[in-house]
Amino acid sequence: MREEIIVSGRNNYLIDPHLHIWHWQIPLYLFLGGLAAGILFFAAFFTLMGKENKYKAAVRIAPHIVPWILVVGLFALLLDLKHKLYFWRLYTTIRLESPMSWGAWVLMLVTPLSFIWSAIHIKRIFPKWDWKFKILKDLEAFFTKQKKAIAWVMGISSVILGVYTGILFSAFNARPLWNTSILGPLFLASGLSAGAAVIMLLSRKHKERTMFARIDIGIIVVELFLIVHMFMGFLASTQVQINAAELFLGGPWTAPFWIFVVILGMIVPAFLEVLELKKFKIPVVIPATLVLFGSLMLRFLISYAGQESRWLY
Amino acid sequence: MRSRRDFIRISGLGAGGLAISASGLGVYKNLASSPPQGSELSVDTTRTPTYCEICFWKCAGWVYKNEEGKIWKVIGNDEDQHSNGRFCPRGTGGPGMYYDEDRLKTPLIRTEERGKQVFREASWEEALDYIAEKIKGIAEEHGPECTALLTHGSGGKYFGNLLKAFGSASIAAPSYAQCRGPREVAYHMTFGEGVGSPERTDIRDTKCLVLIGSHLGENMHNGQVQEMSDAIDKGASIITVDPRYSIAASKSKYWLPIKPATDIALLMAWIHVIINEEWYDKEYVEKYTYGFDQLKAHVQHMTPEWAYGITTLEPDLIRKSAKEMANAAPAVIIHPGRHVVWYGDDTQRSRAMAILNALLGSWGRRGGFYNPEKVSIPSWPHPPYPVPGRTWKDAYPDQYNLAYETLASGICDATIPTLSKACNFKAWIVNGTNLIKTIPDTEKTLQAIQELELMVVIDTMPMAITGWADVVLPECTYLERYDTIRDSTHRKPAIALRMPAAEPMYNTKPAYWMAKELANRLGLGEYFSWNTIEEMLDWQLKQVGSSLEEMQRIGVKTFDRTYDDLYFQKDQDMEFYTNTGKIELYSTALAAEGFDPMPKYTAHEEPPPGFYRLNYGRAPSHTFGRTANNALLKDLMEENTAWINPKVAGEWGIENGQYIWLENQDGIRSSFPIRARVTERIRWDSVYMVHGFGHTNKKLSRAYGKGASDSELITKVHLDPIMGGTAMRGNFVTFKFEPKEEEAAS
Amino acid sequence: MRYAMAIDTKKCVGCSDCVVACQTENNVPIGYCRDWVVEVTDGTYPQLEIEIRSERCNHCDNSPCVRCCPTGASHYEDGGIVLVTPNECIGCGACITSCPYDARYPHPDGYVDKCTFCIHRIKKGLEPACVSACPTKCMYFGDLDDPNSPVSEILKVRKYKTLIPEAGTGPQVYYLI
Ligand SMILES: Nc1nc2c(c(=O)[nH]1)N[C@H]1C(S)=C(S)[C@@H](COP(=O)(O)OP(=O)(O)OC[C@H]3O[C@@H](n4cnc5c(=O)[nH]c(N)nc54)[C@H](O)[C@@H]3O)O[C@H]1N2
Ligand SMILES: Nc1nc2c(c(=O)[nH]1)N[C@H]1C(S)=C(S)[C@@H](COP(=O)(O)OP(=O)(O)OC[C@H]3O[C@@H](n4cnc5c(=O)[nH]c(N)nc54)[C@H](O)[C@@H]3O)O[C@H]1N2
Ligand code: SF4
Ligand code: SF4
Ligand code: SF4
Ligand code: SF4
Ligand code: SF4
Ligand SMILES: [Mo]
Repeated sequence: MREEIIVSGRNNYLIDPHLHIWHWQIPLYLFLGGLAAGILFFAAFFTLMGKENKYKAAVRIAPHIVPWILVVGLFALLLDLKHKLYFWRLYTTIRLESPMSWGAWVLMLVTPLSFIWSAIHIKRIFPKWDWKFKILKDLEAFFTKQKKAIAWVMGISSVILGVYTGILFSAFNARPLWNTSILGPLFLASGLSAGAAVIMLLSRKHKERTMFARIDIGIIVVELFLIVHMFMGFLASTQVQINAAELFLGGPWTAPFWIFVVILGMIVPAFLEVLELKKFKIPVVIPATLVLFGSLMLRFLISYAGQESRWLY
Repeated sequence: MRSRRDFIRISGLGAGGLAISASGLGVYKNLASSPPQGSELSVDTTRTPTYCEICFWKCAGWVYKNEEGKIWKVIGNDEDQHSNGRFCPRGTGGPGMYYDEDRLKTPLIRTEERGKQVFREASWEEALDYIAEKIKGIAEEHGPECTALLTHGSGGKYFGNLLKAFGSASIAAPSYAQCRGPREVAYHMTFGEGVGSPERTDIRDTKCLVLIGSHLGENMHNGQVQEMSDAIDKGASIITVDPRYSIAASKSKYWLPIKPATDIALLMAWIHVIINEEWYDKEYVEKYTYGFDQLKAHVQHMTPEWAYGITTLEPDLIRKSAKEMANAAPAVIIHPGRHVVWYGDDTQRSRAMAILNALLGSWGRRGGFYNPEKVSIPSWPHPPYPVPGRTWKDAYPDQYNLAYETLASGICDATIPTLSKACNFKAWIVNGTNLIKTIPDTEKTLQAIQELELMVVIDTMPMAITGWADVVLPECTYLERYDTIRDSTHRKPAIALRMPAAEPMYNTKPAYWMAKELANRLGLGEYFSWNTIEEMLDWQLKQVGSSLEEMQRIGVKTFDRTYDDLYFQKDQDMEFYTNTGKIELYSTALAAEGFDPMPKYTAHEEPPPGFYRLNYGRAPSHTFGRTANNALLKDLMEENTAWINPKVAGEWGIENGQYIWLENQDGIRSSFPIRARVTERIRWDSVYMVHGFGHTNKKLSRAYGKGASDSELITKVHLDPIMGGTAMRGNFVTFKFEPKEEEAAS
Repeated sequence: MRYAMAIDTKKCVGCSDCVVACQTENNVPIGYCRDWVVEVTDGTYPQLEIEIRSERCNHCDNSPCVRCCPTGASHYEDGGIVLVTPNECIGCGACITSCPYDARYPHPDGYVDKCTFCIHRIKKGLEPACVSACPTKCMYFGDLDDPNSPVSEILKVRKYKTLIPEAGTGPQVYYLI
């Protein structure tokens, strides 16, 4: 029998019996970041494609919620910080190797962009909106003229934001479950899927909805492919990664992961969307909500289970 | 495969977990107001000398204070031979005792019946007057001899002087009959001298260290652990005889996983091999010993094969380990152990160990046993002490003639009135000893306490014993007081000073002050005629060529030896303080008292089916029960566990980390549950636990109810017929899965 | 200059003095610790073996905790010591999750704390508190670039290992085996 005990010490709060330093705040923050990235990406994409008018919900309606999503997300992040008064320290330095730093700076870029985007489209929601001051009106005119340029920056930065939500985890070599380059694309895809779901919810045009249903199905297929690859990668890797994968393959997190994330969050909504495309009447809230739920759960489960996975020594 | 994580996860469940850190935080506020970062901390903060009181090794060290003038840390004094500048974890955790907010804070006088723990707070005046009056009354009615002092620790010296001045000589420490008594008697019988404390073992220079039970490394007696490590560095081999895979066993060349209670058979077989193979030190034996031929004849049938049947140790292993010792001789130590009250034939087992040392010629030789020396500190001049009419010994007219110290258990016995005992104690002064947990067979101790007219307890913490007191006097901790000058022996004679690093917290006082105040009230002021403790200490120190001022500066003063006699000189003629003037392999004193002059193996009772022998010992981070409430040390280990062999656990369906109750052969079940530790390190016939847990006093906010108490389960005591030691390892336990009925009901 | 520590598992008795010494020296709050002791027992009675290790931050050469810190609070000091500057730390926990040894903990005051190799002591020419307290003298500390430092001397003559070298962190606490 092998007996391995910690004779003394290691009673650090939140570290033992197993690491649990990140609670709901970080996964929520990552979910909201991914969702914002998804929405902004589609807005920028269809603007650049010149399809602004075809996809109104994507370009002009949905982006209005992004600033609020980001504010809530940043607030969640702030809640996670244990030394809040020093929050500003994030912005006194740029650390290229630190995903947290990337995230902070990308958000620094994306958040104002999202406000600007919202501002130049505000009249779509409040037709009687008046900026009151001349300077604001001038600014609006200026930004509207630069829309394409803004869309370019927004598109690129939203991809960075989307990937970042996954990289934040995968940069942590110390948590074998996170230590896979698939988390970046997977979280990006999940964010896009969530963004598509929100657009579907907000769109009043059937055509736009079916377009996004199609996009969503495509993304979900990619997601499923990435998940399978992720596990194949783990199982073909070292013992620690096998142990990590087992958290979801028979271990304590198996049921929540496969039921909430994969079945309810991906397969069922994709199936419903296919039915919808086949002209069955499916209320759009059902697949859209399931996708959002699945996307949120993915962050939570990867965050929680990941903190439990560790190296053996 | 189970990872370490799994184990902690299990142990993190239940009572532990988050609650630990939460409760710790309050104390942190006391302990550390500003966490130092970077390089600000000054290393030269004022320091004051002390010697540690967390155990009886008495390491000298320095107390440091932080910028706010609060006690910060204690570290060893480089000049000190006990510590060599390094404390053990318990000593390092000393400040936790000072900061303990559960400390006794003011004198208490009992208001309801004994044991109910209802007290009222009193002033020192009132409490001391109360005691003095009671004691005077008892002396008038029964004689001053009927007051006894039970003490363990430094302040005891002052109460001892008080008692002697008063007219009683019954002063006992549990470190004799409950600890090292049998070994002291055995070494006296053999070499005419005891082993003493710190043990005179020359571990530093040994080539082979033989540990019979002694679990150095868990037994954290500092100097010995340090020297064991030095010896490992120098390539010494270690032989450990222990039914449990101790830490020392894990460092050993040979581990002999002996069947418990059979050590004498192994020792005799070793003696047999060493004599018959002629591996003994012929010159030494010839020159210094008495009774070799009798011994040789005595052991002839005690072959390794004979011992194998008893000990379960392979004859080959017995021979090989004997050869290992012989090769190292005389730089070999059969360590005498310290807590040796095991099975009732302990003096004889210790004798066998002493004999082995004699045969290998290690007594008085480098790497064996050195000749210690001490500085004799004269007492402050006082009138001669009255000669007491009776002592505890009168309660045992024909027994224990070879016990050189008072038996704490003997005082207990003599307190319970019987027709045959001529001296009944009516009052106890109990200083720094938690008799309830210390003397086995608690029921008897309590019976004795109920017979008393007065019990005064001087302690620092609300321990079990204080709950039974009539008057509780709160002593300040060792960090807050002057004390007796440490004059214990070592390779070089040395003294150490303890002085206060801080003012006493709360309404607490040092022992010397209490003793002097009581003396004044008893009309014995002339025995304590110094004005201040500084005056007395300075006077004492000046008698040996130092001064209080010097000692406050240096803490420890080491002197040169008077003679160059750390070891025997080559061919030196020696006279030993035995009847024959020789090292007695055959003990004439034992023979005269009617005991076996040479050790014999006798079988001991075995656990009945379904029961396991209760084995216990030390954890490096705790001293008995006294540190369980110390926040710093509790953090290292907050409860003890019951070690159970995986086979046994499997049979009982006991999971690692599960809470169980232990019940002994007399149907006594532990008051509190204890966590099972399923481990290969223990035999299938025993259960092991660390002594000092399972505190029952609720006022110990951190220690109450944590773990189980071995003392509770030790209800069967085997008395050593030679010196009255109370052997504790003849108890057996079984597993229960629910609490005692009364507990469950309440 | 490259500070490192070597710990002799053959002499360590697992007493945890290193843990208490660190706690008092550095005022580590009760309930937390910068170092800890692990005991591994292998085998079946009576064929057994124990390895005891006193563990702490490895002051890695290539430390993920420094890399992932968004503010630069976690940084390298001279001699490769990895430190946290409390008032640059936002308490995001990234470094805690990034350390494969779980060597860091969130200090109740908000910032993240861990072993400093007692830099405040070594700057004064003293040994780290744990090293100077250890009763078995089984810990060695010093500059690996100095061939005569205690740690260099002992690593020359003894077999050693580091913990999870495959994590690529370049740990600088060596275990003599
Ligand atoms: N940390 C710490 N250190 C201490 C103390 C403390 O409280 N805490 N107390 C100090 C004091 S006062 C004393 S007296 C000493 C006591 O320490 P020791 O003298 O070392 O005490 P032992 O009873 O010999 O040690 C217990 C060991 O004996 C083994 N044992 C049990 N039964 C048998 C048996 O039948 N045969 C053999 N060969 N071995 C057996 C146990 O498995 C265990 O490993 O420790 C001192 N050191
Ligand atoms: N069951 C069982 N019984 C045993 C043992 C065992 O292993 N198991 N070991 C035996 C051995 S080897 C020994 S030496 C004895 C030890 O027996 P004790 O010396 O009685 O040991 P403790 O239980 O530590 O009790 C010490 C008491 O002194 C108090 N105290 C601490 N510091 C001070 C101080 O500065 N001043 C005063 N006035 N009081 C103080 C503590 O609070 C505590 O109540 O126990 C023996 N009894
Ligand atoms: S051995 Fe430890 S507890 Fe005992 S006196 Fe020395 S430092 Fe104090
Ligand atoms: S102080 Fe030394 S012997 Fe004790 S656990 Fe730490 S490293 Fe090991
Ligand atoms: S052990 Fe952990 S905290 Fe220390 S330097 Fe390495 S990664 Fe960083
Ligand atoms: S918790 Fe502090 S030290 Fe750690 S990564 Fe965040 S800012 Fe850096
Ligand atoms: S080097 Fe200093 S900070 Fe690090 S564990 Fe040792 S005592 Fe603690
Ligand atoms: Mo003892």
